[in-house]
Amino acid sequence: MARYIGKRLLLAALMAVLASCVIFLIANLVPGDPVLAQLGDVAASDPAIVARWRAKWGLDLPLWERYGIFLTGLLHGDLGISIATHRPVLDDIRQYAPATIELATIAFLLSLVIGIPLGIAAAVRRDGWIDSAARALSLLGVSAPTFWLAFMMLAIFYGGLGWAPGPGRIDPIAFPPEGPTGLFLIDSIWSGDWEGFQDSLAHLVLPSIVLAAATIGLITRTTRAAMLDSLQQDYVRVSRAKGLHEWAIILRHALPNALVPVVTLGGLAYANLLAGAVMTETVFAWPGLGRYTFTSAAALDFPAIVGITLVVSITFLLVNLAVDLSYALLDPRVRR
Amino acid sequence: MSAPLDVSIGAPGIAVPAVAAPSRLRRRLRRYGPAWVGGGIVIAWVLVALLAPWISPYHPDAVDVSIRLRPPSLAHWMGTDTLGRDVFSRLLHGARLSLAAGFTVVILGAAIGTTIGIVAAWTRGFGDEALMRLTDLVLCFPPIILALAIAAALGIGPLNTILAMLVVWWPKFARLARALALVQRSQEYVEAATVLGLRPRRILARHILPNTLGPLAVLVTLDLGNAILTFAGLSFLGLGVIPPMPEWGSMVAEGRELVEQWWVAAFPGLAILTVVVGFNFCGDGLRDWLDPRSRSR
Repeated sequence: MARYIGKRLLLAALMAVLASCVIFLIANLVPGDPVLAQLGDVAASDPAIVARWRAKWGLDLPLWERYGIFLTGLLHGDLGISIATHRPVLDDIRQYAPATIELATIAFLLSLVIGIPLGIAAAVRRDGWIDSAARALSLLGVSAPTFWLAFMMLAIFYGGLGWAPGPGRIDPIAFPPEGPTGLFLIDSIWSGDWEGFQDSLAHLVLPSIVLAAATIGLITRTTRAAMLDSLQQDYVRVSRAKGLHEWAIILRHALPNALVPVVTLGGLAYANLLAGAVMTETVFAWPGLGRYTFTSAAALDFPAIVGITLVVSITFLLVNLAVDLSYALLDPRVRR
Repeated sequence: MSAPLDVSIGAPGIAVPAVAAPSRLRRRLRRYGPAWVGGGIVIAWVLVALLAPWISPYHPDAVDVSIRLRPPSLAHWMGTDTLGRDVFSRLLHGARLSLAAGFTVVILGAAIGTTIGIVAAWTRGFGDEALMRLTDLVLCFPPIILALAIAAALGIGPLNTILAMLVVWWPKFARLARALALVQRSQEYVEAATVLGLRPRRILARHILPNTLGPLAVLVTLDLGNAILTFAGLSFLGLGVIPPMPEWGSMVAEGRELVEQWWVAAFPGLAILTVVVGFNFCGDGLRDWLDPRSRSR
């Protein structure tokens, strides 16, 4: 087992280094020029200003020298300075990450709580009305454009019915809850701010449903397929022959074995939620990493783009690694 | 998960409550009905895209600020947007770019990916290792983030966005094609062809490729909806098209602040939804048809 983990860790580290190289090249070799995006037409037409600006951000150095500076910084935990916000990229990421982590985690829990029972019910009553409903729901979930779903939710439940609060993490006139984590739900409990907790929770409802929509369908379908598979295994037949209660068979014997592929998929889905929050955050004015990614991409803010892609892809790698390891724990055959 | 053993005897359906045996017609409808509906939707949208200039009631870019933000009416079936343009006409024209972008990305991505995958499976050794690590490298980036970064760097416009999507699109086809080709490679007919002295290129193109086409076709069909969604998403973020070009994603973006005038954003999004549902139905049907075992899934 230790050798397996060591091998996987080494491979992940290698991939992270390669990924940094690739993303740096993409960001620096493309024709887009941040000069125009940052300076504006008038200043960009003056060669002296442009030259000074390029020198300030190190854009006049040769490519390999820039990569060297980037790597040196990286090893010191420094991702460079954002051209657009003039702040260290790492500080920006630290500031925006909690909003996305909170949203993605709630959406993930939501998709597990809905997806797994729905998948079990669909498999047990196969071809029944629950199965058909689950199928329709997952089809709509993966087919609806996230940004459109977000808009419709806002238009119906905020604009039309007035049941849900508007965009943002909290009420515009409220103060954010104080606490160490930046996750408003936890911070408000930590500081005993009951109103803040309710406010944050209410603001989370719509965006997390929207973000979870596609994942719910994915989890439901995987659970259903895996349950159908394990309900046909010999040990289920043996349990039946022994006269066990049907629900005991389903929950104690069939489900644990069916959960193995769900764990794999669930891990990947969580990583995808973190990354896929771009659309949801844009519509819900959610001050998270997704919106930060989008604004820095639009402004051609290279240090920020490189930094965030690196952080997100390393998170991706780590989640993948964790999934593989948990897979090895759940299924001894994989370890070889 | 281990595959269920084929040797298991007896009816596996004990878990399933006995259902009255459906008639043959009902069974076929249940199995292929959605696929026919999906095919109908897709064909309808393709026709709309081809005929848009002739069937639209108005010019898609005709601005008339005196009738801006009118709700749906007999004159304007889906209302008008902030510039008084007819949403219905723009939606019909928007089908052109959305479908074209989806088909281009998936077909080119599949062609590139399949070539890489099959070549990797055939060469094995160092070439295989190098190509597959390259695939892993692209797959370790979240696709939408990478596409967003590349598209933003290349600049706004449909061609640049398609190019950015292609960079992240081919790896899944490479993986699938390699896995399929590895299975085929060890089949006897390939050995026979090798013994007969056929050149590798001919074996790859004439023997291995045709046998891997089925599952690839399923992935292509299911992926078309996915590509249309991603393209619309990038347009929504302002990358796919240069305004005033009508495109569904950017139309939703134009209406996203207008919660009161819901029709500006609601209808283009509905168009995306229907087209994606259509492709998903088709893909599922195609998979059931090609692989009867998948029906239980």
